[in-house]
Amino acid sequence: MNNKYLKTLTNGLVTENPLFRLVLGTCPSLAVTSAVENGFWMGILVTFVLTCSNVLISMLRKVIPAKIRIPCFIVIIATFVTIVDLVMEAYLPAMHKTLGIFIPLIVVNCIILARAESFASKNNVVLSALDGVGMGLGFMGALMIVATFREILGNGTFFGFHVMGEGFPVAKIMVQAPGAFLTLGLVLGAINLVANHKKAA
Amino acid sequence: MQFVSILIAGILINNFIFVKFLGICPFLGVSQKVETAVGMGVAVTFVMTVASGVTWLVQHYILEQFGIPFMQTVAFILVVAALVQFVEMVIQKVSPTLYQALGVYLPLITTNCAVLGVTVLNIQAEYNFFYAMVNGFASALGFLLAITLMAGVREKLAFSSIPKALQGFPMAFITAGLMAMAFYGFQGLFKDFLIL
Repeated sequence: MNNKYLKTLTNGLVTENPLFRLVLGTCPSLAVTSAVENGFWMGILVTFVLTCSNVLISMLRKVIPAKIRIPCFIVIIATFVTIVDLVMEAYLPAMHKTLGIFIPLIVVNCIILARAESFASKNNVVLSALDGVGMGLGFMGALMIVATFREILGNGTFFGFHVMGEGFPVAKIMVQAPGAFLTLGLVLGAINLVANHKKAA
Repeated sequence: MQFVSILIAGILINNFIFVKFLGICPFLGVSQKVETAVGMGVAVTFVMTVASGVTWLVQHYILEQFGIPFMQTVAFILVVAALVQFVEMVIQKVSPTLYQALGVYLPLITTNCAVLGVTVLNIQAEYNFFYAMVNGFASALGFLLAITLMAGVREKLAFSSIPKALQGFPMAFITAGLMAMAFYGFQGLFKDFLIL
């Protein structure tokens, strides 16, 4: 019994990592990964919205009529995104400005709607909450991995601290748009390589 | 003059896919064939242009009139969802042939972040009604251009030998990265008199 809960939690972290295994939520993961700190905060926001919306949708799963479930889910998600947006603006105005348009766009982040549709609307509240936390943290981890490569190579820093020494030749392209696509592509490729290797062994 | 600069900025300089990272999901999902990519692009163009106009009206005549601008996210996503549904019904009634061609892609547009993105950006940029629609149209043309180019490349890629680990999404991202580098060259365009 315990095992089932643990499995739900770890499912999102590794087995079905939303970004690396399911390739969901690509827009924010390209846009906010120019620095590890941005990836961290985006991950926190998505985890919060995902957990809350999973819990609420799971509670209402027997009340929401099947035909209009998608609009219902979207309104629930949009409500939590608005909460996050306003709280960020009040307490972390600088980060709110950096993430900018991608905070309201959490509404259309496919991870959240996908979990609502495929998990929260079919499972009980506790499982849905664990799924939200697991998926959210998995997404946060993935964002931070991508951001680590980009920030170190493109800026010579990690979480804002200089780690590569004075004379490090930074490749500015890595923190700009093309670097985002290249890094995500190569990281996905590397993960496929490991996964294929494991499958073969 | 602003008309032209918004148009060129939307299509090339601030390309939604390669510079702003909006609408990546359909860009990767529906870019296997040129034909379907163009279909998706045209449907998105239509929805983005109309959504820009409608959300501008909602923002200025409903949200601001009643002093509830914090409801923007909720209101806009509902407008977009309703609009997509409406467009779907109209096209089905008026032109069944076009509906046949676009049918599958229309519902997908609701969760395309380019649509919600452009409506929020229009309000932030404080465009008037006409320029909001121009910006929506130009950004959508940029999306259409990007997805069509990508589909062209991917049609050729299907015949080349790619390492197993890079097949599919990884290769698509790397291709997009190389294309983004090319689009990066447009950054210098119009630099002197572009007010954006």
